[in-house]
Amino acid sequence: MATEITTRKTDIGPPHYQKYLPPVIQKNYGKWKFHEILKPGVLLHVAESGDKLYSVRAAAPRLTSTKTIRLFAELADQFCGGYLRYTSRNNIEFLLTDEKQIAPLIERLKKEGYPVGGMGPSITNIVHTQGWVHCHSAASDASGVVKSVMDELFPHFEKMDLPGKLRIAFACCLNMCGAVHCSDIAILAVHRTLPKINKEALPKMCEIPTTVASCPTGAIRPKMVDGKQSVEIIEEQCMYCGNCFTVCPAMTLADAENDGLSIWVGGKVSNARHEPMFSKLAIPFIPNNPPRWPEVVAAVKNIVDVYAKNASKYERMGEWIERIGWPRFFKLTGIEFTKYHIDDFRHAGESYKRSTHLKHTPAEG
Amino acid sequence: MADKKKPTPKLDELEKGPWPSFVKEMKLSAETNVAAQDLLGILERSYDEKIGHWKHGGIVGVKGYGGGIIGRYNDIPQDFPEIAEFHTIRVNQPPGWFYSSDALRTLCDIWEKHGSGLTNMHGSTGDIIFLGTKTTELEPIFSKLTEAGFDLGGSGSDMRTPSACCGMARCEWACYDTLAAVYNITMTYQDELHRPAFPYKFKIKMAGCPNDCVASIARADMSIIGTWRDSIQVDKDQVTAYASGPNRDIARDIVGKCPSKCMGWDGKNLTIDDSNCVRCMHCINAMPKALAPGKDRGATILVGSKAPIIEGALLSSVMIPFLKIEPPYDDLKELIQAMWELWAENGKNRERIGEFIQRIGLGNFLEQIGLEPVPEMVSQPRTNPYVFYDIKKG
Repeated sequence: MATEITTRKTDIGPPHYQKYLPPVIQKNYGKWKFHEILKPGVLLHVAESGDKLYSVRAAAPRLTSTKTIRLFAELADQFCGGYLRYTSRNNIEFLLTDEKQIAPLIERLKKEGYPVGGMGPSITNIVHTQGWVHCHSAASDASGVVKSVMDELFPHFEKMDLPGKLRIAFACCLNMCGAVHCSDIAILAVHRTLPKINKEALPKMCEIPTTVASCPTGAIRPKMVDGKQSVEIIEEQCMYCGNCFTVCPAMTLADAENDGLSIWVGGKVSNARHEPMFSKLAIPFIPNNPPRWPEVVAAVKNIVDVYAKNASKYERMGEWIERIGWPRFFKLTGIEFTKYHIDDFRHAGESYKRSTHLKHTPAEG
Repeated sequence: MADKKKPTPKLDELEKGPWPSFVKEMKLSAETNVAAQDLLGILERSYDEKIGHWKHGGIVGVKGYGGGIIGRYNDIPQDFPEIAEFHTIRVNQPPGWFYSSDALRTLCDIWEKHGSGLTNMHGSTGDIIFLGTKTTELEPIFSKLTEAGFDLGGSGSDMRTPSACCGMARCEWACYDTLAAVYNITMTYQDELHRPAFPYKFKIKMAGCPNDCVASIARADMSIIGTWRDSIQVDKDQVTAYASGPNRDIARDIVGKCPSKCMGWDGKNLTIDDSNCVRCMHCINAMPKALAPGKDRGATILVGSKAPIIEGALLSSVMIPFLKIEPPYDDLKELIQAMWELWAENGKNRERIGEFIQRIGLGNFLEQIGLEPVPEMVSQPRTNPYVFYDIKKG
């Protein structure tokens, strides 16, 4: 039988990177001298040759329609010879050589609803996951929470008014496709109830040994149910990580009443000053409250406000907290410290305080 | 086009406010696409019920590839038939995410004809994400993509699409050519990218300097982070110019923030003890006109970072303190292949390489891949005296 597709290319890889670089970059590749932020959202790079490149950064939603991509393409044609790039945090950047085009481009972007900013000591785009839009294991929606939080924090996107960079990330379950575990503020959706075993489907859909082996705490055991091979879960040992669901679709985790969000603080990936750090738990649980999650927005806003008021220049969230100490962080933010803040997984003891280096306050009265 | 638009009062709330709205984007696509209309409908249902409606995976793909497509089906297809099948396509992004307007329009042409018109620019690993299409559209999309010079990215237990910062294209701090390196590595390992044969996923991210704009130290099984061996380059006139600017305090903001306390400022001269500098980038970030990384540039190779699933989150740790990253990248490829061989042979199902190293021990891992242990690999030597001595080996 003749194949339908006669020419079929495979393994060609991505387009070569030189194809899409504007002439000013082709000419000055590897020969940039310095850069500076001219104003929020506008970056100037100066080459050894004296050539100048202006990058105008605009907020884009990660979930984008082709119609908006076409708009960006049209703007690139109009203002910068058709050259643009995306950043690692889902922003769009227009690459200009004509300084006079900066102001009209910014005006047009604002008019179309894509504001310019997100540079220097500011809050830029939140990297996030799919959420209810397209994921099977989501404990919340990603796009909705991100939109709600950024509407509130928007002044910090357009201005550079914070002590240091503040990077926020959102993941809709512990799989953390958004790898939020090293962010200044991480919003992490969590499941809190046992996987629900579909006893009809499980024997057909899942390999029992793989399912049992998937559990990091050994909470899953093989069990005969109604004469068929199935599993049982030891409730006390389950920490709702969802790894079993990943290998066995018949063990669903979603729970409308008990799924929600947790908030983590003080992580970073950059090596500047302090070494990279993980984010640490600030708030164990806030219920899902769509469409605008006001409790989550208020909690994030509070942490940002306290940081903005108290941190010193250049200090990232984690560096500031390390300087003042966690007891003072909880006091200043008014966040309650609970038993859930104390680690109880692998190497938990490493986070216990093992010295008398404590900041006491005199007894009142 | 049969109109499937349903009221979305909850989602409509998310069209308000100054931040760009994903609901507006979905509605833009829904003007001309029934699948996007159903997607709005099912999302509104999720907002009502506080629960997602997507089922677990399902194996779909294009002929000859094991990765690049993620199967997705909803659990109420009777209500939302246009997205009964709604698969994701990962398209390998151009290195550094640089585009021409024509390239973007070509991608839009393909996706509007064969899918929902909704995308992620970009996904967490760096790919262009085409969000939602039917199984029958996969081969035509693949055919048109390759015709246009694009190929699929990774998914499942394969080498995931490698990604890189903008590097030398637009940054004076790039200590190696991230775009050239990521392109070379991606092309060298097309088979590993498209045909999953590992215990689990393997991500490679390339950052040109220790600022790590692609978060490689947290998000990549192999993190290649640019650095330098010689002295920070100092332009004395620019140091003076910086010092005379408004609200400038070199003693407090530069010297005072140096993590290795290797700098001095007497009000006129900035001194740097480069032998004690840990290449953190702070002073260079703060004074980009006055200071720059040295000229003897390369990268630190770190291995093993990952998100929490399964044994807890890890950051990458040092495997090679300093390596020149230059074509044909033989040293780098030798390391990659040695690690893959050991891990593929001995790793457990769904065990990332970082977890594998923790299980067998970094010392044993090094021995197996033929690397000598050096003190740069640890923050301190062990404190526990339970040593697995091997007196036969010496």
